[in-house]
Amino acid sequence: MVAPRYETVKTLYPYAAVAAQTAPAQRHPVVVVGGGPVGLALALDLGQRGTPVLLLDDHEGPGLGSKAICFAKRTLDIAHRLGAAGPMLKKGVVWNVGRVFHGDGQVFEFDLLPEDGHRHPAFINLQQPCFEEYLHAAITCAQKAGAPIEIRGRNRVTGLTDHDNHVSLDVDTPDGAYTVEADYLIACDGARSPIRNHLGLSFDGRVFEDNFLIADVRMTADFPTERWFWFQPPFEHAGQSALLHKQPDDVWRIDFQLGWDIDRDLELDPDRIRTRVDAMLSSQTGTVPDYELVWTSIYTFQCRRMKSFRQGRTFFAGDSAHQVSPFGARGANSGVQDAENLAWKLDLVLKGDAPDALLDTYCREREYAADENILNSSRATDFMTPKSKASTSFRDAVLELAGRHAFARPLVNSGRLSAPCVYDGLPGFGPDALDGPAATRPGAACPDAQMGNRYLLDQITGGFQIITIGDVSVGPDAPCAVLSITDVSPSLRARFLGDAPTAVYLLRPDQHIIGRWPTWDGAAITAALASSKGKQCR
Amino acid sequence: MPLNLAPNIPDPDGFYDELLAQFEGLSDEDAEALKSRLILILANHIGDRATLTDAFAAAKAR
Repeated sequence: MVAPRYETVKTLYPYAAVAAQTAPAQRHPVVVVGGGPVGLALALDLGQRGTPVLLLDDHEGPGLGSKAICFAKRTLDIAHRLGAAGPMLKKGVVWNVGRVFHGDGQVFEFDLLPEDGHRHPAFINLQQPCFEEYLHAAITCAQKAGAPIEIRGRNRVTGLTDHDNHVSLDVDTPDGAYTVEADYLIACDGARSPIRNHLGLSFDGRVFEDNFLIADVRMTADFPTERWFWFQPPFEHAGQSALLHKQPDDVWRIDFQLGWDIDRDLELDPDRIRTRVDAMLSSQTGTVPDYELVWTSIYTFQCRRMKSFRQGRTFFAGDSAHQVSPFGARGANSGVQDAENLAWKLDLVLKGDAPDALLDTYCREREYAADENILNSSRATDFMTPKSKASTSFRDAVLELAGRHAFARPLVNSGRLSAPCVYDGLPGFGPDALDGPAATRPGAACPDAQMGNRYLLDQITGGFQIITIGDVSVGPDAPCAVLSITDVSPSLRARFLGDAPTAVYLLRPDQHIIGRWPTWDGAAITAALASSKGKQCR
Repeated sequence: MPLNLAPNIPDPDGFYDELLAQFEGLSDEDAEALKSRLILILANHIGDRATLTDAFAAAKAR
């Protein structure tokens, strides 16, 4: 049957009966469940690496509604590698300035200050359905070029069994049920993950007792493209905090923090929402511009994660594995990083080039990243929603002082914006034999840098990669591709050399830095690469 | 910078007097707010994280 669980924006992968539905169960190396940002990015990455992947989604396209809107530089770097970033940048709204208000007054403003030598801005705002559509378009392109990716729409997983050497899935379709087998199953099926529920796995964490009202409005108002955040907004019925942020197509995201004891039905009454929105908009301009309510909803959230992102042959990625508050844009962005972390590992293991133990590093690294995201997210939420008299007093003191003194501004927390996790001290990274900049230490995602009129990350192959910078003689024992850079731009020098005259970096296929050295050391590089593949992980 | 718990204020009575004077006539709520601002200003002046952690511990010990 496969009754819809939600309305979709458009149809991208319509249901079509396939021969497999009436044939004996077929085995697939990787089955991805869920066609959101995480599942699509993972399928695209695997397919481009030549590992066959089947993606099952129980709908036929992206779901309607307000979801992620803020995509970070690292996500754009990943999308660029996957060939999907072009339309995202074209459509997305680039913003750099944020203003924080407390009551009537502005406390301070910040500028994300675009640094030179990056292809991508710090953030773009783009509606999640657009992000998904562009990933899907890149998949269609990759399929035409021969990438072994298959998407089956309106295919709903209704049960699964782990048989040690494979997983079998019961799949329902409009034409009835059939069975699919997978060497590895990746659940990218969202915060309510049916797969997680089928396996009876827990998803524990902290519930934040608060309700947030989202109103996406379409208007051609002349507000600047900035992130505006109010603590204790001065306009009527706004709750404890409010957010105004621009999206493409003249749509603005408005967010009101309503507190815990509310009447949801009452608060969703369009007239009541309009009263709130009118008050917010007129507080800035004195008049209420014409606008249309595009979407409204009320959400609550939790910060939680699965104890382990792996259960036998099943892996969890994105919201199915971890959930954070929306403040900081750490949901979809971290999910896409899950996908890129897992894709190359699955690819190597399935090709017999790395042991299964490599897949355990996915859990170790992304559980670590999830903890970091949950920590940041919880701290932001605790600042925004003080839990006691004392914490309210300190919060208000910070806001008051921040208007007068620079020292208090870093304490204001309306969400720490997503940055890629550095896998500090985790197995499979190191050594750090270079006295180099902290930003490029082992474990960090390789930053971009200018190379003439091109960018560093464009020159990287997608496999393991050595980068030599300055006058380094490369030995005959290089274990992978080498990029030799002798013309060192200022951004390259600042990010990769510091005071060192030369450097050698070794990168993983997901562009995280494994190790770095002052000069060529073939044996050390080869050993570090082997360790990164999980060959000494156990 | 280890936390200094030895006498360090040259004019203890004058300091104490000035401290109390700040709170004269304030409501409980305003006094609470003033304390919060004061703690933040002093903590920023100290800056050193380990010293602050030691100060929290010293204040909390009963």
